[in-house]
Amino acid sequence: MSEYQELTGAEIVIKALVDEGVDIVFGYPGGAVLPIYDAIFAQNSLRHILVRQEAGAAHAAEGYARSTGKVGVLLVTSGPGATNVVTGLTDAMMDSIPIVCLTGQVATHLIGNDAFQEADTVGITRPCTKHNYLVRDANDVGRVIHEAFYVARSGRPGPVVVDLPKDVQLSIGRYAAATEVAHRTYRPRVKGDSTKIEAAVAMIAAAKRPLFYTGGGVINAGRRASELLTELVRLTGYPITNTLMGLGAYPGSDPQFLGMVGMHGLYESNLAMANCDLMIAVGSRFDDRVTGKLTAFSKGSKKIHIDIDPSSINKNVPVDIGIVGDVGSVLDDILKVWKKKRYKPDAKALKAWWKQIEQWRGRDCLRYRKTADVIKPQYAIERLYHHIKGRDAYITTEVGQHQMWAAQFLRFEEPNRWMTSGGLGTMGYGLPAAMGVQVAHPDALVIDVAGEASILMNIQELSTIIQYHLPVKVFILNNHYMGMVRQWQELLHGGRYAETYMDALPDFVKLAEAFGAVGLRASRPEELDDVIQQMITTPHPVVADIVVDPDENCFPMIPSGAAHYEMLLGPEDAKPEISAEGKMLV
Amino acid sequence: MNLEPIARAHTIAVLVDNEAGVLARVVGLFSGRGYNIESLTVAEVDAVKRMSRITIVTKGTPMVIEQIKNQLGRLVPVHAVQDLTSEGPHVARELALIKVEGTGERRVESLRIADIFRARAVDSTTHSFIFEMTGSTEKLDAFIGLMRPLGLVEVSRTGVVAIRRGASGFENGKMARANGDERPRAKKQRVKV
Repeated sequence: MSEYQELTGAEIVIKALVDEGVDIVFGYPGGAVLPIYDAIFAQNSLRHILVRQEAGAAHAAEGYARSTGKVGVLLVTSGPGATNVVTGLTDAMMDSIPIVCLTGQVATHLIGNDAFQEADTVGITRPCTKHNYLVRDANDVGRVIHEAFYVARSGRPGPVVVDLPKDVQLSIGRYAAATEVAHRTYRPRVKGDSTKIEAAVAMIAAAKRPLFYTGGGVINAGRRASELLTELVRLTGYPITNTLMGLGAYPGSDPQFLGMVGMHGLYESNLAMANCDLMIAVGSRFDDRVTGKLTAFSKGSKKIHIDIDPSSINKNVPVDIGIVGDVGSVLDDILKVWKKKRYKPDAKALKAWWKQIEQWRGRDCLRYRKTADVIKPQYAIERLYHHIKGRDAYITTEVGQHQMWAAQFLRFEEPNRWMTSGGLGTMGYGLPAAMGVQVAHPDALVIDVAGEASILMNIQELSTIIQYHLPVKVFILNNHYMGMVRQWQELLHGGRYAETYMDALPDFVKLAEAFGAVGLRASRPEELDDVIQQMITTPHPVVADIVVDPDENCFPMIPSGAAHYEMLLGPEDAKPEISAEGKMLV
Repeated sequence: MNLEPIARAHTIAVLVDNEAGVLARVVGLFSGRGYNIESLTVAEVDAVKRMSRITIVTKGTPMVIEQIKNQLGRLVPVHAVQDLTSEGPHVARELALIKVEGTGERRVESLRIADIFRARAVDSTTHSFIFEMTGSTEKLDAFIGLMRPLGLVEVSRTGVVAIRRGASGFENGKMARANGDERPRAKKQRVKV
């Protein structure tokens, strides 16, 4: 029997966080969390990062989590504090990012009375969290927080909210250390079914036109999973494509890597998806951005799907073999079976398959017209890549065209280097996420590739970045438009640009200076390299305003409702007739 | 080849921790993902372990039913999910209270039909009855249908409760949680506080 410590609920919160190995908490104080802030004040184990809006705390915690593989933590007050994190929680839910969000709540006797700054936080966050708790007794605080961490990081990771009424924070309770907590029901399956694995390996070995299609699940499964994936892909000699979330799980510069798949994925990746005879889906979820038109999706292929979440399997696309388990564990087993049975790939078929892929590659789908007088956004990203290649760099993005260009032109050699809002598509994600990444990696080069519209959604976090001397770089591709929305208006709405042009924008150089950061601008191609160089070498936060061609669109593209083989490669491709069904898709 | 798969009704039993908000989680899952609920019942079935059993009748194609089971299995307070319709024979019952108003021949006729259906009169005035009836959904539907022309006033139904036939129960049955997850160990470690 262990001895219990008697502490206030607020002190238990801090103790439980420290016992979980938490070193950073992003947060914003308020009436309902004052006791916890008082407990933070009284200790030195936890560092608190004071954001400027709670949304910033949520995305910062996500950035922290994704770049470290650890659980990100945030602390906000009741009512508006809690409602402001709903977007971040939903984002973490969609992209399976482990975060624990502590929210203050009005005292238990006031719950339901429409008290000041009261909101039904567990009710509001129920559909956008993996799980949530309302703690009504100080004796439960320690156990619930440990459970919250367990749930957030186990199985398919996700956000967990712990709602803490103020009276619970103030009253005395007993603290249960982490080792004494075992979850009653939640024990996700880690090990894959061995019979299915053997069948899968036989299928992999027999394939003529195989393709690995891997996603964020590989990155969530930890560094080891990426290493095992790389080993398997190299051992087989098969081509591999990544989803937007999966970039970095396999070295981006490796010739077996075909680039990103999906709506703005590379031609060779999408054509390989459409024409393969075996698809090996690893930690990916057949998202609509990847599959395009479902009825035309890779009809001739058998499919193996490895995922920790049973509900991902057979959700959108029926598969031949579904293996539930941790990607790392299953890949390890696959490698063992492959080696033990001395499987060899069909060299002749593989050679023909690669020949076909090289032909698709030869289309050079990312080509664009370079111009001497305006900066093409693709050129800006290409030059950025040239300057950061080989450095200890982390990239975050906002959402839109810039995000897709970054995903196409930047190559990632290892996991946890690429942080982007994939599932939810949250504009305003990149800057606070970069802040979270930089807190975790103070000496690394952290760049938020942004658009001028997205960056304004959480621009207040520049102030946080200055306060904590975080040398985050913001690389804005400024085209004055909400470019991706405009691109869709061109494609689907006859070029009627309803409300996608911003007639008034701040001067981003002056804006940076007003916050205390360094502001730079490049308007002509010849200025670009200098600005990028200066941005990278400045040891302070930098906002680089890159004025780019306002009319450029993002290609290649699978129009909504179309199939992989109906990709548009550039503006010269005839605008397709979008079906009524296609118009309904987002 | 493009035949629409047929949507069928399935009775699903879910064993959950009886904690605050658990029903909202289950119901929210159904509404949020656009699944349909034809009937839902819930009550605590184990006071010691504080567990409740939820019985849901839902309708969907085999792929949707599979999703529903997996999504339910994903909820943290869910111990086990059982698709009674696809996992062998089961017994399903519903209870209804049916109020009928009428005099003379109509009143006598309602009582006669109640007798045939083995419904019990649990309340009576000179011009009304309340019948209590237990049975399958179809039997209840049939009885209520017959009462309609005889002066049906109102109906209150519990929704379906169901249980698998034979000796095996939830915990030692074949299926625990959704198909992917490992079964919770029989011996549960309780948190010591």
